[in-house]
Amino acid sequence: MASRVLRPADYATYALLLLGATAMLLPFAWMLSTSLKSGQAIFVMPPQLVPEEPTLDNYTRIFGTMPMGQFLINSIFVSVVSTAIMVLNCAMAGYAFARIKFPGREIIFYAYLATLMIPQQVTLVPLFVLMTWLDWGNTYQALILPSSFGAFGTFLLRQFYLKLPREVEEAAFMDGAGYVRIFFTIGLQLARPAIATLAVFSFMASWNAFLWPLIITSNQSMMTLPVGLSFLNGRYGTDWSVLMAGAVIGTLPIIAVYVFAQKYIIQGLATTGLK
Amino acid sequence: MDGVTGRGKYLALAVLLLPSLIGMGAFYILPVISSLVLSFSKWDLLTPIQWIGIGNYVRAVSDPAVQQALRNTLTFILGYLPAVVSIGLGIALLLNRRLKGRTIFRAIYFVPVVTSWVAVSLVWKWLLNPQYGLINWLLSLIGIQGPGWLFDPSWAMSGVILATIWKDIGFVTVIYLAGLQEIPENLIEASEIDGANAWQKFWSITWPLLAPTTFFVTTISLISSFQVFDQVFIMTNGGPVGSTTTMVQLIYKNAFGYGQMGYASAISWVLFALIFTVTLAQNILQKRMDRSDG
Repeated sequence: MASRVLRPADYATYALLLLGATAMLLPFAWMLSTSLKSGQAIFVMPPQLVPEEPTLDNYTRIFGTMPMGQFLINSIFVSVVSTAIMVLNCAMAGYAFARIKFPGREIIFYAYLATLMIPQQVTLVPLFVLMTWLDWGNTYQALILPSSFGAFGTFLLRQFYLKLPREVEEAAFMDGAGYVRIFFTIGLQLARPAIATLAVFSFMASWNAFLWPLIITSNQSMMTLPVGLSFLNGRYGTDWSVLMAGAVIGTLPIIAVYVFAQKYIIQGLATTGLK
Repeated sequence: MDGVTGRGKYLALAVLLLPSLIGMGAFYILPVISSLVLSFSKWDLLTPIQWIGIGNYVRAVSDPAVQQALRNTLTFILGYLPAVVSIGLGIALLLNRRLKGRTIFRAIYFVPVVTSWVAVSLVWKWLLNPQYGLINWLLSLIGIQGPGWLFDPSWAMSGVILATIWKDIGFVTVIYLAGLQEIPENLIEASEIDGANAWQKFWSITWPLLAPTTFFVTTISLISSFQVFDQVFIMTNGGPVGSTTTMVQLIYKNAFGYGQMGYASAISWVLFALIFTVTLAQNILQKRMDRSDG
């Protein structure tokens, strides 16, 4: 299909796709460009997409006045740990729901599914009360634990195991292994495609999470990048070149992950979204 | 495979299922129940809790702020939903022509989806700046004097909608692309042999067969329309004069601004009721259409 002769309709398609792609990328280009301009250059009309005298001043300023490095570390730590917990507990529970028969299994599983119907905002106040009561405000566990469990992941893994033929596991069973050993030696490896999808979604959700971290952190040393950027927005409300430098710092890591994991993200979304 | 004895089975459940049960119980199920209980109370976290029956719900129904948030949500849905679905579908159709470079285009359209809302909101706030923003400058090139966007009560929501469409198009596109893959090639080929043009092919084959995808996309987008928060919090903080205030913002403000935990919980259940009703209506509608087709 790649080698066929291009028809007029194909040129029109390309033209439209290019126009759309420009609209998608222009805000990023504008963000990067503004972040490299001096305070005055951003008000020059007509706007320059390529800065005449590019400068890294805004980046030095932002790292000098805000603990951006700390925000970055917090975001990475929180996202990685909550993704790891999410993947492990969802795979274990998904395996248990798919393979072990026990009384009440259906009811518990439907209770899980029911949580999918309820918007997260419903749990905000009680979660905040719980964290205050535990004295967990401004702690990693408060940032990590509430986003480390979920019915979606459990459901995804359960469906995966249900479709998986049992032959391999049967053999291990004959050798006298129990469910736990079979899960850790065979089950976990077999579920790699589903785990990869869940890991990517969980990481992105955690990395971009805003409302909960906003509520539970007030101390700058505990803020994640989105909350830090929002704090920056409050302080430098009109200093666009500094704000855009912050936006670039907040955007680059996730785009790097995206370039690396693009296949899993798009295929995962396409396959899990519809089933 | 059920040869494992009772004891071994429950030991396995304790290891495999218990962590998830504890987590889901502590961070989902218990908070959901507590939230419902709290919604019948008046509580500022400091003084003793007071039980006020359905007082919070009565108040929510007549609260001008809630009414305004609902009106704003409706405006948002009307501006956002048809645009994001039709543009997303349009791009999916173009990408589905399987020309060279489609994966690169698909990847580009998806970049805003993975970017954090906070960063996106900052960029759009600057893009929509009335004097120095790129958008109004581009408009001036074609002789249009751009509006005050986020500073103008009658334009602020349009700015928020524009940013949200931009961010979500890639998501809709990818879901539609998956839906398009499911359409059997021979159906399209058969209609080509019958001499159908592209327009007829779309309306007689593609669009009806995409119905499940369209329902899925509209349901997801509707649900997210009721939950708008991040972009509004950064871009306008609900203003000017409340023109972009949303339900989630009211929950946030009442709970963490005014210390009204009970009232905030009640608003969150109103939000749930709205989302539940809309999802239910969508499902009923879909079933009815399935039946009339089959």
